Amino acid sequence: MKRYFPKTEKQATRDAYGDALVEWGAKEERLVVLDADLSQSTKTNKFAKAYPDRFFQMGVAEQDMLGTAAGLSLGGKIAFASSFAIFATGRAFEQIRNSIAYPSLNVKVAATHAGITVGEDGASHQAIEDIALMRAVPNMHILVPADSQATKEAVRLAIETPGPFYLRMGREATPLIYDPDEKFAVGKGKLLREGNHAAIIACGVMVAPALEAAEQLAQEGILVRVIDAFSIKPLDQELVLAASRETRGIVVVEEHNTLGGLGGAVAELVTASAPCRVLRLGTNDRFGQSGKPPELLAEYGLTKEDIVQAVKSL
Amino acid sequence: MKQDLGLVAQRVRGHVVEMIGKARSGHPGGSLSATDILTFLYFQKMNIDPQNPHWEKRDRFVLSKGHAAPALYAVLAERGFFPTEELLGLRQFGSRLQGHPDCLKTPGVDASTGSLGQGLSIANGLALAARLNGESWRTYVLMGDGELEEGQIWEAAMTTVHYNLTNLTAIVDHNKLQIDGQISDVKLKGSIAERFRAFGWHTVEIDGHDFSAIEQAFDQAEQAAVPTVIVAHTIKGRGVSFMENQANWHGSAPGAEQVEAALRELGREC
Repeated sequence: MKRYFPKTEKQATRDAYGDALVEWGAKEERLVVLDADLSQSTKTNKFAKAYPDRFFQMGVAEQDMLGTAAGLSLGGKIAFASSFAIFATGRAFEQIRNSIAYPSLNVKVAATHAGITVGEDGASHQAIEDIALMRAVPNMHILVPADSQATKEAVRLAIETPGPFYLRMGREATPLIYDPDEKFAVGKGKLLREGNHAAIIACGVMVAPALEAAEQLAQEGILVRVIDAFSIKPLDQELVLAASRETRGIVVVEEHNTLGGLGGAVAELVTASAPCRVLRLGTNDRFGQSGKPPELLAEYGLTKEDIVQAVKSL
Repeated sequence: MKQDLGLVAQRVRGHVVEMIGKARSGHPGGSLSATDILTFLYFQKMNIDPQNPHWEKRDRFVLSKGHAAPALYAVLAERGFFPTEELLGLRQFGSRLQGHPDCLKTPGVDASTGSLGQGLSIANGLALAARLNGESWRTYVLMGDGELEEGQIWEAAMTTVHYNLTNLTAIVDHNKLQIDGQISDVKLKGSIAERFRAFGWHTVEIDGHDFSAIEQAFDQAEQAAVPTVIVAHTIKGRGVSFMENQANWHGSAPGAEQVEAALRELGREC
């Protein structure tokens, strides 16, 4: 089996997102991008510079942005709308639900600055509910890329697959995990490491510490499998149920609330067909706060050591 | 077709009353106030093909005040998008005519709406798409006056002007009433046209039940150098005397006897 481990090179998924948009701008004429006064942070400014006619600055008006994206989609476009995860999915929730998902439009809500690793801006800007919000909406697809290559693939899949998508990306530079030829699919996770003691299922920026935890456990003789839940909706049922059946339990790790996110998705699935213990590591129903990302990950129990400990507790 | 607009609108009003009466739920007041504008759009103004509802070059219409769906459905059926017999299925299980417009279910419905405040943004997106494609089709969007209390409308009103979407015409069905009463008592005071002008729009105020005034306003809108909103002064419940100007007919259905009385007034045999 191919070996996956965090590389020393780092890049924020938002940077890879901006690059991917520019790349697709040349290939896909229907692609349009909207932003709500955060294009320098979400990195859609790269697309704006390359394709100014197909970039729409919407001002600080997320609800209008998502509604306009719906209209562009009705007019035949593939519309990517970007903001911080909390404003995209929270402020404009009902626009996403009624104007986009209900008519199953080709709008891709591509949000950055998800989770507590937003850091210094504090709880108001740290979305810990976005996966839960988007999961609950029919027709919605959710992809959470763990690194640059996964982000490029998420953009490709969102462009090539009709219907509404939520792409969740981060602010912080995080280690690259995948080679540039790695392919992803909607509804498919990635089995990154084999092992039958337990399974760690992580998404986004938590995939790297999950791999590091597995390595440390292996050195102690505990072999755990690691799954990157790249596609949270639809979830890779086969991969998750196999983890449930073949190991003594699952540890889910996400920088999201422990309610309704990836942990919820995994627990809901396994209870129906292959029950096992599922430990959910997340913000444990607390809001975030200001601080440096590593400080916050430590405070909320989302470090490599926390994952190791959770596995051992199974 | 112009000389028949009044007759078509009369038939549409009959459908509206009958549909809502049969469904025992729905919004007659705002459907009847919007009927003449919708009739004008679908029978005279818009470039559409009922045989080909997804024709890419068609003009688009967004019913931002989605609760006026019965009037839209009746106009679409009269125009030939689907059989008028289907109208009596409004709001019933399995029907293509949902309580509020669903563009995946109903032929001729261009956008799903119902939650107020979202239609102008959708219309802006459509107008941007037409412009990007270099196509000449126009987008029309009908808003309610109470709906203007939604903040998103004003975000969108800035967008229309910022991108100078003169290929869009907005209409406000200004019937002065919303569920809880007079719009000025509920919240929205003063001139609607003045508000839009402050946002940079060209405005036209007309009697929304006068077809020649409606025609002139839409023609004028196409000539303006900036986006135009037509503030159409209308009567809630127009055409059914006991419903006119009564806020309580916003969202309640007439009983069987009331349907009969309304249909008699609208010149229909029962």
